[in-house]
Amino acid sequence: MSTLHTVNKSPFERDSLSSCIRLATKGSAILLIEDGVFGAMAGTDHSDMVKGAMANASVYVLGPDLAARGMSEDRVIDGIQVVDYSGFVDLTKQHNTCQSWL
Amino acid sequence: MSTKKFMYVNRKAPYGTVYALESLEVVLIGAAFEQDVSLCFIGDGVYQIAKNQKTDGIGMKNFSPTFKALGDYEVNKLYVEKESLEARGLTLDDLMDLTWEDEDEDYAEKPSIRLVSSAELAEVLDEQDVVLSF
Repeated sequence: MSTLHTVNKSPFERDSLSSCIRLATKGSAILLIEDGVFGAMAGTDHSDMVKGAMANASVYVLGPDLAARGMSEDRVIDGIQVVDYSGFVDLTKQHNTCQSWL
Repeated sequence: MSTKKFMYVNRKAPYGTVYALESLEVVLIGAAFEQDVSLCFIGDGVYQIAKNQKTDGIGMKNFSPTFKALGDYEVNKLYVEKESLEARGLTLDDLMDLTWEDEDEDYAEKPSIRLVSSAELAEVLDEQDVVLSF
């Protein structure tokens, strides 16, 4: 059993991402969408927390939400995979359940 | 009618919620009343004026170009909190080039963005007559 976690809130505004990281089990996937994409950026106050999570879970970020916010894919934390909408669908297919951290 | 100092406080990222767009619309409406208008960007609010916003992929209107029109309405004091930028790994270079033309100086183009520390911003906020929060 593995879970796909989606996070759609900025880590600077809510604790959705930190709660998700704390409670995601090994082998799960975390997909950052909407305002959650700010958590994927390198050089922020939350980058280290996200890097730490990557030992345990695979982390993805939705490309169209990055682009809308002017966040460059080049500045996403190394090891986070940028996916498009069909990549989002693939992730939901690859996991048994999906948990949304609203 | 005497002129009052109006401050619009922006603390939310664009697109995820409607606050940023609503604030901008109120600023534009308010600009018609010829008051002394300032905007400030605190916390995730700094993301509102990030460069290179491209919203085709999310099916929403990119309203960031509207910030470039503010100078024409004499809205030319955009305070950005330095600490908020730094926490997000951003610098002034990551923000849009927002300017206004000073008609008293032969329409010289001047920057609208003022990078300020928390302490400096606190003083600016303290001087306001009306504070509108978004």
